[in-house]
Amino acid sequence: MRINGVEVGVRDGDVLSDVLSSNGYSTDRTAVELNGSIVPKRDYPTTVVRDGDSVEVVSFVGGG
Amino acid sequence: MRIYVNGRTSSSDAASVFGLRDSSFPDRDLVVLNGHRIEGDAPLREGDSVFFGCAGGMPDESEMGSIMAARDPPGMHDALRDARVGIAGLGGLGSNIAAMLARTGVGHMVIADFDTVEPTNLNRQNYAVEHLGMYKTEATADVLSHISPYVGVTSVNVRIGPDNIIDVFGDCDVVCEAFDSAEAKAMLVNSLLVERPGIHVVSGSGMAGYGDSNLIRTESKIKNLHVCGDGTSDAGGGAGLMAPRVGICAGHMANAVVRILMGSMK
Repeated sequence: MRINGVEVGVRDGDVLSDVLSSNGYSTDRTAVELNGSIVPKRDYPTTVVRDGDSVEVVSFVGGG
Repeated sequence: MRIYVNGRTSSSDAASVFGLRDSSFPDRDLVVLNGHRIEGDAPLREGDSVFFGCAGGMPDESEMGSIMAARDPPGMHDALRDARVGIAGLGGLGSNIAAMLARTGVGHMVIADFDTVEPTNLNRQNYAVEHLGMYKTEATADVLSHISPYVGVTSVNVRIGPDNIIDVFGDCDVVCEAFDSAEAKAMLVNSLLVERPGIHVVSGSGMAGYGDSNLIRTESKIKNLHVCGDGTSDAGGGAGLMAPRVGICAGHMANAVVRILMGSMK
């Protein structure tokens, strides 16, 4: 699968929260789109990801 | 020929703008043709918008609208006037975005913040010493009333969270995320994108310090989410937040709002 255009490995049964944290994303500061649809945060631990999925992650930094 | 005079449709046979002024408004010393002040006479053409006023005088709402409309590209005045834009957080980003959108002609803004103006805000936020101690909603409403007295403002003086965000911003066309903390930014973006799929969200992320201005950009990677900033300069990193770079980011955000309302950014 791809996260922000970068190919990453995925195992059978991996869920979104696993691949986000294993790739260094802090999920309390992100918005995540899976295959073109925004994913509610509460669904990260139950959303299974597969080969060929495309994930866009926006990570916010503080200041305003 | 049909022309627009001081915001109203009119017909005239006058050959020139000053000719029309001399016959109809001889006492007026400010002449605006199609949104631009003119000092010398000019021919009057079909469809022209002219405003005759007094230098230093305050135009009424319809006159002000006609002056703005004549300056703007076609369709822009109406699109912005009919829009409802939310601004979540009235710090360095939000206070400056609100002022820019009022100048541009956005008709209604929903402005939300829970905090008051304090001295450390004055290095970048669009307030003056007279606003110290006021709620930021109240201070921003005051600033907007001085820029554009005809802009509609809904002030919401609460801390925005998952429980009230839809009540506050659910009927906006576009919402600007202008919070301070990264977690609050993510909360707002996620809540609105998930619960209100039709709303565009413009977010600020990465504008601390005095690094390269040109690193601040506008990116739309996720549907209906437009993120402005350099993506990395965290205010918590000791870089501080200063007026120039915060202002650049606020300008990106305000222009993204205009582009969304004009349909040129999907």
